Amino acid sequence: MLGALSRNRPLLALLRGGNGGDKAASAALWAASKRFMSSDNTITVREALNSAIDEEMSADNKVFVMGEEVGEYQGAYKVTKGLLQKFGPDRVLDTPITEAGFTGLGVGAAMYGLKPIVEFMTFNFAMQAIDHLINSAAKTNYMSGGTINVPIVFRGPNGAAAGVAAQHSQCFAAWYGQVPGLKVLVPYDAEDARGLMKAAIRDPDPVVFLENELLYGESFPVSQEVLDPSFTLPIGKAKIMREGDDLTIVTFSKMVGYALKAADELAKEGISVEVVNLRSIRPLDRETINASVRKTSRLLTLEEGWPQHGVGAEICASVVEESFYYLDAPVERICGADVPMPYAANLERLAVPQVRLGSVGLYGSRVKKRCADACM
Amino acid sequence: MAVRQALRRAGGRLLATQGAMAPAALGVAGRGLSTSAEPITLEIPVPFKGHNVEPPSRTVETSAQELTEFFRTMFVMRRMEIAADSLYKSKFIRGFCHLYDGQEAVCVGMEAALNDKDCIITAYRDHCTHLGRGGTVLEVFAELMGRKDGCSLGKGGSMHMYNKKGGFYGGNGIVGAQTPLGAGLAFAQKYLKVEGVTLAMYGDGAANQGQLFEAMNISALWDLPVLYVCENNHYGMGTAEWRSAKSPEYYKRGDYVPGLKVDGMDCLAVKQAVKFAKEYALKNGPMVLEMDTYRYHGHSMSDPGSTYRTRDEISGVRQERDPIERIRKLLLSHEIATVAELKQIEKDAKKEVEDALSKAKESPSPDSEELFSNIYRKSYGAKSYGADRKEVVVTLP
Repeated sequence: MLGALSRNRPLLALLRGGNGGDKAASAALWAASKRFMSSDNTITVREALNSAIDEEMSADNKVFVMGEEVGEYQGAYKVTKGLLQKFGPDRVLDTPITEAGFTGLGVGAAMYGLKPIVEFMTFNFAMQAIDHLINSAAKTNYMSGGTINVPIVFRGPNGAAAGVAAQHSQCFAAWYGQVPGLKVLVPYDAEDARGLMKAAIRDPDPVVFLENELLYGESFPVSQEVLDPSFTLPIGKAKIMREGDDLTIVTFSKMVGYALKAADELAKEGISVEVVNLRSIRPLDRETINASVRKTSRLLTLEEGWPQHGVGAEICASVVEESFYYLDAPVERICGADVPMPYAANLERLAVPQVRLGSVGLYGSRVKKRCADACM
Repeated sequence: MAVRQALRRAGGRLLATQGAMAPAALGVAGRGLSTSAEPITLEIPVPFKGHNVEPPSRTVETSAQELTEFFRTMFVMRRMEIAADSLYKSKFIRGFCHLYDGQEAVCVGMEAALNDKDCIITAYRDHCTHLGRGGTVLEVFAELMGRKDGCSLGKGGSMHMYNKKGGFYGGNGIVGAQTPLGAGLAFAQKYLKVEGVTLAMYGDGAANQGQLFEAMNISALWDLPVLYVCENNHYGMGTAEWRSAKSPEYYKRGDYVPGLKVDGMDCLAVKQAVKFAKEYALKNGPMVLEMDTYRYHGHSMSDPGSTYRTRDEISGVRQERDPIERIRKLLLSHEIATVAELKQIEKDAKKEVEDALSKAKESPSPDSEELFSNIYRKSYGAKSYGADRKEVVVTLP
């Protein structure tokens, strides 16, 4: 047993009851670096998306926005607020409630050479148009031998909100993530939202941009660099949100916040968690994931979507394929419950992962306890 | 390239034609084949039917040159489709193969009224439409056989032929999906202030699709310059129109979108209708054009085409309404060409098709690396995997 643990010195020290001195020092450094950020700017994810779209529309006349209520209503979730006033009705188009029709129209416009941003009020409604995302958008560059590309962005809230029940709560990351020809992005904070949205709009291929309704109103500090109009983030690169040595949690979107909270709690118990924010489901950053697991020797994937054939399943498979001999324990997944989303608040709480800071419950998934288990 | 340019030039702007059309070589002693651009006025025999629009005049202007080019082009298309039939039966072509013979007048008549600012998008019965937009017979055959020199590098096949420069956006396999795509092309033309229209083509089978009506609604609302061209060959695969549509009067189905019913076996009627509709669309928005046409083959090569319709019906249409024979009669009756001259054109067309076929047969299959190319326009060094993930890992080009 000692042999197996010998690669993981901090954990070894922990088990021997050693001090968490090293850990405390690095935690302090990390906290300090936050204070030295070049600016105090905080913006919400909504503002980040709005400003990114605004800037890209100003920079390139071919970019336009369409969707239900994006114009006069200022956006169902106010993400497109002010754009109609600024760019006019030729570039910010309110569509009828006809997803198949307007999505096809967007894809056709992109084939011709424009750069549409198609908003789905939620990605649940995109199912009505999914043929156009997959068969018309994703596959066309390939089928045409590279002659017709489709520079389109499909964006909107994905996954569970609060109390909106089964037909309005599905996470589509796994479905779209499976399709070659699509790029699938999953921002978490304001920096992700700005950088990835700008990269998506500039990208020559179809991008599925999965936002989260509950994150729109959350504020995050951002540096001056992030606020610059030229700021973009690379597509296909994950971000290490928090460094750690004992366990890697790979996650995306809202769950990144949950993982960070859980990591804070676990740190109090001397467990050092590395949190990987995927940012991109496709291309998937297998290098960063595997490098992290090779460091910590333990993997936990965390997602809100359904478990079977989910994003976590692919990550686990990738780690088992590429880093098997570095693992000290089986790979673990925490996912949404394998049920349609219920309405009742107590049932809804049981249907999605929770960060439980207090006592241990019987059902559902509790990041903290699972982490503690995984570290044993 | 040759076909479309020749058709436009036949409209009277330029005299020189490409391809197998050198008049001197074709001349029979005493009188050469007339390739004059002098206008000839003709009456379209079958009247148009209008829905919420006054139909155009039945008097159409054409020329010897244009009629000759119609004949030659349709003959090349006919030979090409027949050759594809043999190729499929000899297993050079796999999967799906949907043949257009019988319907040639639709795409040929359309091209006579369009230019390079216009776009066409159609469904899977696209070989001849591709040719009309500037494609070559060689690249059609090579694509059908899955070879490197195919217009989609062999990666698309029969249903996925494209020519962006020529304004041809496929080649679409999902019935009806091309109609909102067409509305999008028209949207882009209007957005970029290109004085062109998009012809979104679909069949009687697709005419009941919901997304078609969604596309019509948006294009009428936003005044998009799109023509919804229904190639009504009366059978959606094996289902006759009266069994699938409560109202098979497809030109009326646009309701608030005006429509025109056109004899789709008459090149000149098609040309007249498209010319009229294009002018309308550039000013007012969408129009539906129902082309009354017919396919001789079954739905695809796996359909004999005679279980849901009688052989008498098929041969009857061939006798009475064949688009090539119609033009032949015009050429002979107006003394534009003699029987011998027409035979020579046919002979040259057959040779053109045969040459393209042998050249296509020599074209190699795509290299294995092409499995992973063109997934993205920009890959960022992403990796992709073959069936054996351990053996085949590729950084996408």
